[in-house]
Amino acid sequence: MRDFDVRSLPAIWTRELIIFKRYWRGTTFTSVLEPLLYLFGIGLGVGAFVDEIDGMKYVVFVGTGAVATAVLFSSVFPGMYNTFIARVFQKVYDGILSTPTTTAEIMIGEAVWIAARTAVYGCVPMIATIPFGLQARWTMLFVPAIAFISALGLTFLGQFISGVVKVIDSFSYFQSALLTPLLFVSGTYFPITGLPNWAQTLSNANPVYHCIELVRDACFGTLSMSAWWHVAALVAFAMVTGTLSVRTLTKRLVT
Amino acid sequence: MPRSSALTITDATKRFGDFTAVDSLSLDVAAGTCLGLLGPNGAGKTTLMRMITGQTKLTAGSIEVLGLDVARESRAARSELGVCPQQDNMDEQQTVRENLSLWAALCRVPRARRKDSVARALSTAQLVERADERVANLSGGMRRRLLLGRAFINSPRLVLLDEPTVGLDPQVRSDLWLMIDSMRRSGVTVVMSTHYIEEAERLADDIAIVNHGRIIARGTPKQLRELHAGLEAVEYFGPQTALDEIAAKATAAGLKSRRAGLSISVLGVESADQHLLESWGRHSRRPTNLEDVFVLLTGESLDA
Repeated sequence: MRDFDVRSLPAIWTRELIIFKRYWRGTTFTSVLEPLLYLFGIGLGVGAFVDEIDGMKYVVFVGTGAVATAVLFSSVFPGMYNTFIARVFQKVYDGILSTPTTTAEIMIGEAVWIAARTAVYGCVPMIATIPFGLQARWTMLFVPAIAFISALGLTFLGQFISGVVKVIDSFSYFQSALLTPLLFVSGTYFPITGLPNWAQTLSNANPVYHCIELVRDACFGTLSMSAWWHVAALVAFAMVTGTLSVRTLTKRLVT
Repeated sequence: MPRSSALTITDATKRFGDFTAVDSLSLDVAAGTCLGLLGPNGAGKTTLMRMITGQTKLTAGSIEVLGLDVARESRAARSELGVCPQQDNMDEQQTVRENLSLWAALCRVPRARRKDSVARALSTAQLVERADERVANLSGGMRRRLLLGRAFINSPRLVLLDEPTVGLDPQVRSDLWLMIDSMRRSGVTVVMSTHYIEEAERLADDIAIVNHGRIIARGTPKQLRELHAGLEAVEYFGPQTALDEIAAKATAAGLKSRRAGLSISVLGVESADQHLLESWGRHSRRPTNLEDVFVLLTGESLDA
């Protein structure tokens, strides 16, 4: 690939690091607080009425599901907003593309950075659920890796959306019609086995579903060969959205 | 290809749908010179700059930067380039120093040399004392200086300056001219677009007049003036009807003239009959300039 050279990535990460050093409080606050609100609000609130799901305490079910909420929010939104702002408002990418750097390197570099950040944020709800009865296991060490690979595809998805919209206000269509269903047809707050068959089939195309399945297996010590299917689905998702992101943004930036 | 060409553009064309922004344009820039692309807004100068950096693809033709074909070796070409864009595209939330060191990294300046490059850029941009200030807090002139300093951070062999002083007040503009001039003296090749006559005349060794995506004249400022407008001009002020009369008389006398608002300039009057010029009314004499050349060649004003 002529358009991709790993030697361009450190500079992209340098830029992200400089920005993160300035804004880490805000970014971390949102990324940590929101999933925790879901955990406590739904986990404990609904948990007062629903005792157990699949033989586990409801708060534990939701706590592990909230990992995927954290992954989704910490990846797709930066993918959408940061990319749009840098491209349209600040024109930063126009500057970067006049240096020996390509659109593919910018998008992949930024996605890797956001996914790495998400690998950390994703663990917060899991750790927060431990006092409520989630048992600590060594297989939980897989969770950052699961969060990373899920976030990679979701960040690409966000970047792709940022390249599709003309104005930033159009993001709300994607939030309502795409991201909210991704969150609900995934098994975060209730098992998808309660959904109609067609919805269950559809959830196979949902990276959040595969993320949750893997996270629960890692948290409950139930990892099996089926984990590979979920990993393969997440990798495939990232490859598809990554291609879409690079193609769309290249079209926008190189005229 | 002669070794002394820093930039060779051959029949470059760019169409956006039905609109032709750059129209079969050819240009050769000798290494170590400063070329001014002079033309009004919308003439295709920025599109041409973007074609040189590979950010706008050619519909037809070819561009070679230091012997590298932009269509095939764009990345290698960009590593030899320095670019100062017309539109400020810096990361506002970063400090001056952060911006420069990030740029050094993006331009692949070897790690060991980055600190020196940043220090050098800070001093050329006269921003040493502002190094740790955020870009958002700088004045317009300082931002421009930073943008210019940034363009030179990788010791480029060819520098593109797209309207480097647009929208700045005269004092800031002349500061920037000093900065560009000293960079130019270091031997780097400069291609600068501008729609300011004075900027082109002061900085460029060579000028290409661009209009509607084409180069309509090329030469040193002196050559262009002498060839198209003569050495001297006389300017008459008055009501439109009087100006119309003078225009007719000038044409009858075989002299070129051009209108500008409430005045008319009769050009190439150095060997004209002085009594005749007197008889047309009160006037003032001035040397011809590139604006005269531009208007004569295009029938349009630069500030249009």
